[in-house]
Amino acid sequence: MTKWIEQSGPDGDIIISSRIRLARNLQEYPFPVALTKGKSKEVIKKVGDVILEGNTVLKHDFLLQEMESQSALERQVLMEKHLISPNLMENHERSAVLLNKDESVSIMINEEDHIRIQCLLPGLQLTEAWDTADKLDDVLEESLHYAFDEQLGYLTSCPTNVGTGIRASVMVHLPALSMTGYINRVLQAANQIGLAVRGLYGEGTEFVGNVFQISNQITLGRSEEEIIANLKDVTRQIVQKERDARSTLLNSNRLGLEDKIYRSYGILSNARILTSQEFMTLLSDLRLGVDLAILENVKIEGLNQLMVMTQPGCLQKSAAKNLSAHERDVRRAAIVREKLGSKG
Amino acid sequence: MLCESCNKRNATVHVTKILNGNKTELHLCEQCAKQGEEMPFDASFTINNFLTGLLDSIQDSPIKVDYIKTTKCDHCGMTYGKFKQLGRLGCAQCYTAFQEKLIELIKRVQGNEVHSGKMPKRSGGVIRLKKEIKKLKVQLDEVIRKEEFEKAAVLRDKIRELESQIQDMN
Repeated sequence: MTKWIEQSGPDGDIIISSRIRLARNLQEYPFPVALTKGKSKEVIKKVGDVILEGNTVLKHDFLLQEMESQSALERQVLMEKHLISPNLMENHERSAVLLNKDESVSIMINEEDHIRIQCLLPGLQLTEAWDTADKLDDVLEESLHYAFDEQLGYLTSCPTNVGTGIRASVMVHLPALSMTGYINRVLQAANQIGLAVRGLYGEGTEFVGNVFQISNQITLGRSEEEIIANLKDVTRQIVQKERDARSTLLNSNRLGLEDKIYRSYGILSNARILTSQEFMTLLSDLRLGVDLAILENVKIEGLNQLMVMTQPGCLQKSAAKNLSAHERDVRRAAIVREKLGSKG
Repeated sequence: MLCESCNKRNATVHVTKILNGNKTELHLCEQCAKQGEEMPFDASFTINNFLTGLLDSIQDSPIKVDYIKTTKCDHCGMTYGKFKQLGRLGCAQCYTAFQEKLIELIKRVQGNEVHSGKMPKRSGGVIRLKKEIKKLKVQLDEVIRKEEFEKAAVLRDKIRELESQIQDMN
């Protein structure tokens, strides 16, 4: 059960998920980039013990998984569900993750920093995610000595995270802004006011299926609340612009839009081979169709599930074997057909 | 123009090579350019490379080679040169070791140099107490100068109490 995938949240028609992550380091150890394997294990134990051996309710809610003891496929599945970062996966000999039961919180150990607290919730819930991350941070800090500087704040391995160590982000689906060609202007404007726009899987990933991640870039000199409020305000404006664009599309060319959506639905419910790229593009139309109540028998949560289930790692895990790219495309098509309830 | 290697895709990468005075030109598509050894094409362009690329452009005069070679964090052994290459610091003390260069970089990427957010409750508490003590000491000097010894005694006790609180916290 992964909360952001199984449930829909506030403004869930446009905002897929909200995420807060805090970067923290232990004062007495070198940062992960300069850490020996032995010391890495010490850090994992130290951080893990605070949660699992501490006197809080947390110990019943969290499970520690060392990346080394997971198969490459299991690690990839965690990454595809956004529960760990690509970086944690790569550093698997020295890293671990503490995951809670509804998978809304993951505490990554020995990522770029010793500790990365991540809280991931469906829809627009940045404040809720911050509250959770903030409280967990307090619990950890009670038993750990953080690297903190009076002037610079929380010290991180990369100076782009120093200060608050916070990265707040939202994953948004903006098909109408893309179709009407306004998307670049919106993204440029976001950039100009200090927000970064990335693809589905963060830094260095491409934009597919009209899904974008928007996050703060500056971490120093502003409080966490200011950073979150800024992102929230901008996100609300983008949501409004997307809604305007959707109603413009509906009013000016309802038939054309319906045609596009039903065609995509037709392909997805019948295709025998689906590449990831094609699937994501068509899924975007399907999602829009659900949001606009054009497709009434499909649910948003189901689509979030589908988006994750059809990633390469998840496909192979459910098949319980390694699949070639072509085999994955065939399996992807089969899963999509089944999920959309088509008998064909 | 078509790629000279695969003759299929458009050539978007143009390489001019001058070797022993002989000039050769190559026109390749991106895929072939990445595969070939014709050009040191670094596709792994990360935020870290980009960041440390800023380090030297900040300086009015180019950084002396000496600085790159000899400046080193005594705690973790990270050299300034290695930091430039990795884009990541080795430990908390690196911030002090490379302070001179880092502060400029931080100002540039963050537009700010003073933290104004959450503080850890424990060490944050010590920081607050230290500030308070500093303030009281200034007041103490003031009342001693005015020969108000009763007030001075009160302030002195207060300072001692805060100092013992810091002791307890450590």
